[in-house]
Amino acid sequence: MNINGVEIDDTFAEAFNMRGTRVIITAQNLKWAYHAANAMTGFATSVIGCGVEAGIERELNSDETPDARPGVAILMFAMGSAVLMKQLETRMGQCILTCPTAAAFSGIEGDKETVTPINLGKNLRFFGDGFQISKQFGGKRYWRVPVMDGEFLTEETTGMVRAIGGGNFLILATSQPQALAAAEAAIEAMKKIPNVIMPFPGGVVRSGSKVGSKYKTMFASTNDAFCPTLKGITNTELSPEIESVMEIVIDGLTETDIRKATKVGITAACELGAANGIKRISAGNYGGKLGQFQFHLREIMSEITA
Amino acid sequence: MSALTFTLKTQPKQSVDMSPITPDLLADKSLAEIQAIPLQCGNQQLRADALFEITGSDSSQLVIHSSEKLNYLGAKLGLKLKSGNLTIHGNTGAYLGLQMKSGAITLHGNAEAFAACEMAGGLLHVHGNVGDFLGGALPGNRKGMRGGTVIITGNAGDRAGDQMRRGMILIEGNVGSYCASRMLAGTIGVMGKMGVYLGFGMRRGTLLLFNSPALSPTIQDCGSHTLPFLKLMFKSMRGLPSKFAQLENNRVRRFAGDAAVDGKGEILVFGE
Repeated sequence: MNINGVEIDDTFAEAFNMRGTRVIITAQNLKWAYHAANAMTGFATSVIGCGVEAGIERELNSDETPDARPGVAILMFAMGSAVLMKQLETRMGQCILTCPTAAAFSGIEGDKETVTPINLGKNLRFFGDGFQISKQFGGKRYWRVPVMDGEFLTEETTGMVRAIGGGNFLILATSQPQALAAAEAAIEAMKKIPNVIMPFPGGVVRSGSKVGSKYKTMFASTNDAFCPTLKGITNTELSPEIESVMEIVIDGLTETDIRKATKVGITAACELGAANGIKRISAGNYGGKLGQFQFHLREIMSEITA
Repeated sequence: MSALTFTLKTQPKQSVDMSPITPDLLADKSLAEIQAIPLQCGNQQLRADALFEITGSDSSQLVIHSSEKLNYLGAKLGLKLKSGNLTIHGNTGAYLGLQMKSGAITLHGNAEAFAACEMAGGLLHVHGNVGDFLGGALPGNRKGMRGGTVIITGNAGDRAGDQMRRGMILIEGNVGSYCASRMLAGTIGVMGKMGVYLGFGMRRGTLLLFNSPALSPTIQDCGSHTLPFLKLMFKSMRGLPSKFAQLENNRVRRFAGDAAVDGKGEILVFGE
């Protein structure tokens, strides 16, 4: 398969079952909503070292938020529910409770079979030292915690759902600036897709990994087959003209969301085409043995989407 | 199907316990069965059709033409069916909507004491005045209203919201003395004037006022504030058939107390 001179590999991305949640963060204005959201989703690129993978899903107008202030929706993913709950609570306490004017609300609601309620501000209320006030509106419980800028307002719980993490694709180009330009174009397009985040810095990761290492203590190490400077001395995946590879990792609430984001991202990268040095699109997998989901690139790119 | 309608034939001389006449209890009953329902009137039992002219058939939309001799109207409404509407024309006696759980009661007239007593859910809408202990607890009990919404277009008597536990009482007119006394939680709004001893023994809960109250020394001024949670509260009131549905301004003066009982309740006054 070839799109605009870009070869699409006959391979697949391997993805995993995760747990995900959404939190709506509002503030006096977007500037402070972003300060809160950036703190909350900071140091959350990969579950390996950060516990969770998190990112900003989209901006919300004041008519889309519960308290009629501007805000952002963030998504947070972890390998298990216990880690997700722990990380959510810690990050709420250090990043939202502390941020001037910020408030937090549930971003996922639904029936009991698919959505599990998890603590959002439930335990943060104890910061109020007895002065905290609970209020119920429309069957939902909110907490008002007195703080130095006024009151910190938070919903008691948000919803946790089964989600998918680790969808990905690789952009192979003839130079580093060209590879990055294509990755940036892909991210810009993918940001418009709901229910997904690309958790790495700017949405792009350069240090793709393989399982295992020559060092006993390391369980993952650099993906040498895709390292352009090792082309001559390793069992390379790269043809001679490839000088740089960028990866985009996608976490999403459902399989369909990741498929959509993958397609939109690859399409945007391919629009730059061979003329701009984009040569190949590939994907990372572990031979299909580890992950519960496989996203076959050619299948996704030939799908007709509405 | 027309609404099942009860119309008093004559004014009863003694008070009548109307608790057997609710949409819940009348569902699946034939007209003959309904006519034969025994109603306690003073020290005697009377058949329903001895007191009322009964017409129509839809018991889920019950209509009662009432007088102040009829007590316990709409008691335990929605306990079984989780729905049902009761419309009342004329005045009613005490305990209107006692322990109602869901559905709606609309009263076109005045109610006496203990309206919405120990109410748990649903909507009680009174186009008129109510007596003392609105949303209170049965005498001897320690918790009053614990859910639902009460809208009073007229005035309420003394002790409105006494020992109230949860839910919302919105009074568009005036209230008597001891409003929100011993309140445990929930929200009371009063658009008109208040009597004395407001929030006496109040532990938690929110009182929304539109006029400056005279407060006891154990309820203390915490200054003026713009409170974000009020936006959520106003949003939850939007659909209500009340003047409260139009509230916008979340700038209030906050008073806290009653410190005499180590209370954390709040009295929020708009326009200050």
